[in-house]
Amino acid sequence: MHPEAFEAMGEYYEGCYANPTGAHRMAREARRATDDARDILAEALGARPGEIVFCGSGTEADNLAVFGAAAGSGAVVCSAVEHPAVLRPTERLDGRIVGVDGDGMADLEALAAALDGDVRLVSVMLANNETGVAWSLEEVAEVMARHAPQALLHTDAVQAFPWLDVAARAGRADLISVSAHKFGGPKGVGALVVRGGVGLQAQIVGGGQEAERRSGTPNVAGIVGMAAAAAITVARRAETTERVGRLRDRLADGLRTAIDGVVESGVRPASGTGVPVDRSAKVAGSCHLCFEGVESEALLFLAERGGVYASAASSCASGAENPSHVLAAMGYPRSLARGSLRLSLGAASTDADVHTALNVIPQAVTQLRRAVA
Amino acid sequence: MQVLAAMSGGVDSSVAAALLAAEGHEVVGVTMKLWGGPSDTGCCSVADVIDARRVADALGLDHHVFNFGEDFSARVVEPYVADHAAGRTPNPCVECNRHIKFERLLRRAEALGFDAVATGHHARVVLRPDGTRRLARGADAAKDQSYVLYMLGQDALAKVLLPVGHMTKDRVRALAAELGLRTAAKPDSTDVCFIQRGERGSFLAERIVPTPARVLDTSGRCLGEVPSVQIVTLGQRKGLGVGGQQRPMYAVDVDVAAGVVTVGDRADLLSDHQDVREVTWAAEPPQGPVLVQASAHGAPRPATLDGARVCWQAPQQRVAPGQSVVFYDGDEVLGGGIAA
Repeated sequence: MHPEAFEAMGEYYEGCYANPTGAHRMAREARRATDDARDILAEALGARPGEIVFCGSGTEADNLAVFGAAAGSGAVVCSAVEHPAVLRPTERLDGRIVGVDGDGMADLEALAAALDGDVRLVSVMLANNETGVAWSLEEVAEVMARHAPQALLHTDAVQAFPWLDVAARAGRADLISVSAHKFGGPKGVGALVVRGGVGLQAQIVGGGQEAERRSGTPNVAGIVGMAAAAAITVARRAETTERVGRLRDRLADGLRTAIDGVVESGVRPASGTGVPVDRSAKVAGSCHLCFEGVESEALLFLAERGGVYASAASSCASGAENPSHVLAAMGYPRSLARGSLRLSLGAASTDADVHTALNVIPQAVTQLRRAVA
Repeated sequence: MQVLAAMSGGVDSSVAAALLAAEGHEVVGVTMKLWGGPSDTGCCSVADVIDARRVADALGLDHHVFNFGEDFSARVVEPYVADHAAGRTPNPCVECNRHIKFERLLRRAEALGFDAVATGHHARVVLRPDGTRRLARGADAAKDQSYVLYMLGQDALAKVLLPVGHMTKDRVRALAAELGLRTAAKPDSTDVCFIQRGERGSFLAERIVPTPARVLDTSGRCLGEVPSVQIVTLGQRKGLGVGGQQRPMYAVDVDVAAGVVTVGDRADLLSDHQDVREVTWAAEPPQGPVLVQASAHGAPRPATLDGARVCWQAPQQRVAPGQSVVFYDGDEVLGGGIAA
């Protein structure tokens, strides 16, 4: 977490511990803090302050977008590589799920085929949480303009925000989800951008907070922390992306050199000289590899023992690793997908971290492959 | 030793892990996720995983979850369904022990550098003077699980620890209570773990098409009909729609292909031999007489072995095809197989 964000939150636990919907002076102070935070986050997302709906998580923001926008009528369309926070709501509404290509990029023809005059909402991620592959919303919006001009566009920008200029890249989106803990803010705070004029049915009703769009006492400290983290993220984004991107390249290149039988997702052969692969489609913090003949669960266990905390696909409620629906949608064979490893880098990642991973992961892969042989 | 303790969330495996940790071993707990989604209420439900994790927390152990769901489906559930479809009476716990706990998990543990895998089974591993090992009955006769572990060979026996096998279940529970473990009073698991109690028929009906069968007596007279021949077991008495006869009637033959269940007297079930397939041995095949147990808590009966045929000293009830037939020397398991 950004120390500045943590520090900014303290006042709203220790000093100004008021409910911002109250009428007294301290309540008005809290109200001002959430309004300031709303201004800051709106700026970071290229939205107007009134378009920000604070809520409890990225998942809640996604649910609010899908259920809230589709509440009237019409079909929901999403991609097969969406986060479960979008996939499960779409499935519950009997929505349409559109495939992707082998690099995890949008299949625009398949999208076009899924669109018609009945579609109310199209939801596609700005950057994928497993592969880090980022999509062009411009292209998606163009297809929508031709085949379903009435439809709303939602993007889950939870994974993208630390790395991409969401304000610029999500300009065509009607709804944008973000989550504070993905960019150095506290857990338990998210936000949904709802563009002016977009009809949205609240999914949590009660006291009518957030302009009747999400009831519940605002998490003042969390909202303040989220805004502080967003401001820092935006201010440092270019530098962070550049620096972490280099670390990621060193990590991915090093692992590919040290280990045979590695497939890196979402990359293309480089056209220039001196660059092994082209990772320009991915966000800077994503290093996602599949190791042949290795099981992610076993690899994660050994990685942890070596001090590397990683993940594979996604964990279910029990903590078990689930097979990756993202790699399955990209056409990866199960034998390869079961050996996937997500090494996520962040603003705080260092050379030493990469050094550790470059020691630990090749050893672990070797040990596991020897055991199978 | 570095020990991977399989923790199901039950009291036995909780105490097993606790005992090993108390002995000074480096213990890591693991719960296998084998079946069901996040909302299931049967085996390896989220609630069971939480119990296992909280026991590990209380014992100061690391705890992991391994997802062997695909293997469990392919190696346990699908064969279970296929056996029923073919009119056999499978024992999925045996196949889970064979393919998942003492194969998949054991191999995983080896690959990760563990010296041993521990479980909460009520059975013991004993060392013979010749240096080979045998699985032996647990100290608590009523809870003995050696029958469902008959497939353990020398390789597995050398790497398996069964710390509660020398204890009674009461002692296990008392120890769990002394240690303040939240699983101390948790009820024993029963029945097939991936099927909710009483739901076997509907579980199978979702996976195979049940076919009705005529119920005939041994003279060929039709006495009635059953809706699903696939869940009729050799020796079954209830649920055949033949109550009210002068004497108890048992299923003495189940012919899925012909759609016929034949019922007869208990005497029609008796045989002087029992053929067995897929026999495995703890070490060498034995010479001379053995004791043979053909159900989880059935009495062992004396017999001799002629290849894969059990020759009973006195005629015994035929064993439903698919059930395990286990050979003992006293309390020690010699091997076993599946009733043909």
